[in-house]
Amino acid sequence: MEFVYTDEERMMLQMARNFAEKEVKPIAKEVDKEHKFPADNVKKMGELGLMGVSVPVDYEGSGMSNICYAIAMEEISRHCASTGVIMSVNNSLACDPVKIFGNEEQKKKYLADMASGRKLGCLGLTESNAGSDAANLATTAVLDGDEWIINGRKIFITNGNEADYCVLIAATDKSQGHRGISAFIVDLDNPGFSVGTLEDKLGIRGSSTAELVFEDCRIPKENLLGEVGKGFKVALTTLDGGRIGIASQALGIARASIEDAAAYAKERVQFGKPIAKLQAIQWMLADLSTHYEAARLLTHRAAYLKDQGQPFGKEAAMAKLMAAETAMKAATQGIQILGGYGYTTDYPLERYFRDAKITEIYEGTSEIMRLVIATNILK
Amino acid sequence: MSIVVCVEQRDGKLRKITFEALSEGKRLATASGETLKALLIGSGIAGLADELKKYGVDEVAVVDNEALAAYTSDVYAAVLAAYIAQENPALVLFGHSAVGKELAPRTAAKVDCGLVSDCLAVTFADGDYLFSHPVYAGKAIGSYKVVGPVRMATLRPNVFAVAESEGAGAVVDFAPEIPAAKVTITGVDMASSDRPELTEADIICSGGRGLGGPEGFALIEGLADVLGAAVGSSRAAVDAGWREHAAQVGQTGKVVSPNLYVASGISGAIQHLAGMGSSKVIVGINKDGEANIFNVADYGIEGDLNKVIPALIEKLKELQ
Amino acid sequence: MKIVACIKQTFDTEAKIVVGGDGQISDEGVNLIVNPYDEYAVEEAIRTKEKDGGEVVVVTVGGDKAQEALRYCLAMGADRAVLINDPALAGADSRAVSVALAKLLSEKEAGFDIIFTGKESVDDGVGQVPSRLAEKLDLAQANVVTAFELSDGKATATREIDGGSETLELVLPALISAQKGLNEVRYPSLPGIMKAKRKPLEVLALGDLGLSVDDVASKVELVAAELPPARKAGQRLTGEVDEVVAKLVQLLQDEAKVI
Ligand SMILES: Cc1cc2nc3c(=O)[nH]c(=O)nc-3n(C[C@H](O)[C@H](O)[C@@H](O)COP(=O)(O)OP(=O)(O)OC[C@H]3O[C@@H](n4cnc5c(N)ncnc54)[C@H](O)[C@@H]3O)c2cc1C
Ligand SMILES: Cc1cc2nc3c(=O)[nH]c(=O)nc-3n(C[C@H](O)[C@H](O)[C@H](O)COP(=O)(O)OP(=O)(O)OC[C@H]3O[C@@H](n4cnc5c(N)ncnc54)[C@H](O)[C@@H]3O)c2cc1C
Ligand SMILES: Cc1cc2nc3c(=O)[nH]c(=O)nc-3n(C[C@H](O)[C@H](O)[C@H](O)COP(=O)(O)OP(=O)(O)OC[C@H]3O[C@@H](n4cnc5c(N)ncnc54)[C@H](O)[C@@H]3O)c2cc1C
Repeated sequence: MEFVYTDEERMMLQMARNFAEKEVKPIAKEVDKEHKFPADNVKKMGELGLMGVSVPVDYEGSGMSNICYAIAMEEISRHCASTGVIMSVNNSLACDPVKIFGNEEQKKKYLADMASGRKLGCLGLTESNAGSDAANLATTAVLDGDEWIINGRKIFITNGNEADYCVLIAATDKSQGHRGISAFIVDLDNPGFSVGTLEDKLGIRGSSTAELVFEDCRIPKENLLGEVGKGFKVALTTLDGGRIGIASQALGIARASIEDAAAYAKERVQFGKPIAKLQAIQWMLADLSTHYEAARLLTHRAAYLKDQGQPFGKEAAMAKLMAAETAMKAATQGIQILGGYGYTTDYPLERYFRDAKITEIYEGTSEIMRLVIATNILK
Repeated sequence: MSIVVCVEQRDGKLRKITFEALSEGKRLATASGETLKALLIGSGIAGLADELKKYGVDEVAVVDNEALAAYTSDVYAAVLAAYIAQENPALVLFGHSAVGKELAPRTAAKVDCGLVSDCLAVTFADGDYLFSHPVYAGKAIGSYKVVGPVRMATLRPNVFAVAESEGAGAVVDFAPEIPAAKVTITGVDMASSDRPELTEADIICSGGRGLGGPEGFALIEGLADVLGAAVGSSRAAVDAGWREHAAQVGQTGKVVSPNLYVASGISGAIQHLAGMGSSKVIVGINKDGEANIFNVADYGIEGDLNKVIPALIEKLKELQ
Repeated sequence: MKIVACIKQTFDTEAKIVVGGDGQISDEGVNLIVNPYDEYAVEEAIRTKEKDGGEVVVVTVGGDKAQEALRYCLAMGADRAVLINDPALAGADSRAVSVALAKLLSEKEAGFDIIFTGKESVDDGVGQVPSRLAEKLDLAQANVVTAFELSDGKATATREIDGGSETLELVLPALISAQKGLNEVRYPSLPGIMKAKRKPLEVLALGDLGLSVDDVASKVELVAAELPPARKAGQRLTGEVDEVVAKLVQLLQDEAKVI
């Protein structure tokens, strides 16, 4: 067993950290406060290859490992979880299903566009009555000659307001339950498509969470992704991979909380000494760092298994569960260590706190993670 | 043997660092028993020799040639190397100025000797010279020895005290062969300002992000005007585009050591301190009582610079 | 065109410096980076190549770890790298470094048109290598350069001088030392990082260059390093603005005697 970075992982870390510190950090507060989609940085990230980290070079990706992807996601999210989720959705939820299930033409067009950062992608799965119960879809796709006609509404779709392409999960035969679900690639400049409600939300406010409205939206027949009736598998496989990204996002938030709290504790003097000298504070930081390291190992192991082509669903669920809960705990205790200052917007801890919460919800809630893990170990 | 000071002049005017180097050269020459010589290079500059005599020089060697009107490192290094070959000095001193930083190592390579740059102190003890210079942006001080017959050092401006003294004061001509220059200077753009040059100034008023915008520098300039000071800046203010990079003080900017450094709206980051930590007296004006600048400031004022600086300007004007 | 960039691996400037029991500076656990000024040098070299064609060779004198720094430059877009790595060069002074570089660039890697370097390294800020190298290779040189242009085989550079700037025309081959502001340094892209793995990185010992240990003997010896006397926090002046200002002026006049 080896626990050392390869040359390329180390370089990736250095580059992503530099980029995050110089470009992402300075605008993170504004991005959050003003619900501002960080378009310039997203463009730069595309040029740097961060929008298609583990997409093969043949499809204009970076051809790197999922471990590299996890490292980069953590570094970007260390300074801005909004930018992190935008990146994660494009990589994991939009590129990955096309990479795994797409045919050559689809990869040459859609995958290359998204991996290079020329176009932005999103995943349309959730509906008002299909959250954790993702198979209970009301959105339909009906074949009409050479075209699929799509009707329905997707909600809570990250990148929905800016995306060019959507990997859409819809019912092609409702009578078949999850076997009647298929996946599609939709070009969003389609006249049958519009963006509906944009959510106002607690955290990750720089990324859009949009309603996608499909009204007799006609797409070419060949935009079916994978086979008819195999769409639920596309969704589940995609989410398994996505959890590595979200786990890494959570790691970034956790690390931000721990680092900022530790730095503050060393400076803040009460009762004549820095509060970092108090055991109560030390133990909080010790516990948080331990949880962070454990979550990071789980995450990198899930990424490693994915790189090796081995099953990784259980490990990715464990990683996301552990990382998300660690992020939440680190942000909560981070604020505690800063006391009243942590509660104000003068310090970024309150932002980490608001951002951390979503990692326990999307791409499968923590309860669903436990369900996945339990199903795996009890089968 | 001798100690040679490489004189720096620009447009027929001697630079202050030359007087500092001569004064230090004299102190060292007295300690080691060497003679002190000055090498004056340029075109139409022979007249400057008299001024040099005030600092205890035993001999001024003058290289006055039209081909030397403009300084270029390749040609000046050739002249210096020829002089060193003739004199065999134990020590050659330069100012750690823009010219010295370039010319000294080029000359050292030609002569093939060791050079210690940016010295804060030079001592002579037990028959050898010891040079100290800051390393890791001033986070540590190293003391060095140079091996070999010829030693070279560049001296940080404003650190060595200027003192006039007696010397033999002979003036001789030196006329080496002058090679063709590989570099042509096609334009010079001197910042048109009545203010002293940053690295030479006795007093510097600097501003940082706390100024809140480019307008904030009007306050700093007002203060600099009453004090006859140069204006400096932190990197944050430079990065924000409020001030030119040439004004940046710090690790990646200018290293300065004025008698008085007034830092307003500057937090005192380690990289900033690297550039001004050797100032004799530091004043910090900052509204944050915990700002690091207060850990190094001799006098600290915790307050809003928008109130403090105008009041300070008023008070200083009263005195004049 | 053959363009060379000289780089040095240095401590991260955020690093806390520890002086060991032996009076030497310890590099235990310190993060190593490409000297920030050298990034400008590499960037300018790559831009020059992108404009005029040719190849960019990055060279360094350093230890095993310096390979990481070279790979970083290859990931930015340099084509090849050469590492001069020899135990005899551990703790080499500026002279030794420039002797080794000059030997490499006048023989094995001869035929360059431009050399870019940083204006100084941030770890010790000595800034000698560029001038020494220019002299050893008999090159036109411009130090502390903030703008550079190459057209019709003629190089033009703007450089900082005390109190202003100067524009120079240089005969090629020339050496340019980079100052902040020369360009915006790119980040290595991920495909760049992947490509860097396959780009040639040659490691040479002194013997490979035809140099002996004596040739690179240091002329400058570190006798001791110590932490500078810590500056003490001085007086905090408190009260109404007018009082405080009056007090400050009085102290500057009577106590510090600086105005
Ligand atoms: C703490 C400390 C203090 C030192 N003090 C002195 C001293 O006073 N005098 C002295 O002669 N030596 C000194 N040295 C040794 C010397 O500085 C370095 O070892 C030498 O590698 C770099 O020389 P430099 O500082 O002049 O580099 P600089 O001249 O500051 O670097 C300028 C540029 O030269 C190029 N360059 C520098 N080093 C290399 C390299 N290894 N490989 C390729 N290109 C390079 C880079 O482009 C760099 O940006 C010191 C070393 C240390 C660690
Ligand atoms: C900001 C944001 C971004 C999002 N981005 C996307 C996106 O890009 N694409 C997309 O398709 N979706 C996206 N979503 C949707 C997200 O994945 C769902 O919100 C999530 O899966 C939970 O579904 P739900 O909100 O309907 O909650 P519900 O499923 O209604 O769950 C409510 C509660 O019941 C619990 N629960 C439900 N079922 C079980 C069970 N079987 N066992 C135990 N507990 C259970 C849940 O854990 C939770 O605590 C996003 C959501 C948000 C808020
Ligand atoms: C490799 C590297 C090299 C660097 N090199 C340099 C360098 O050469 N020079 C340099 O300066 N920095 C350098 N830095 C940057 C350095 O780390 C700091 O970021 C920078 O010095 C901060 O500038 P500042 O003090 O102006 O800004 P801040 O740190 O933001 O401080 C502003 C200060 O102004 C105070 N303030 C705000 N409003 C008021 C008011 N109304 N009245 C009074 N006070 C007020 C605040 O309390 C605060 O202390 C470098 C960094 C790196 C990584």
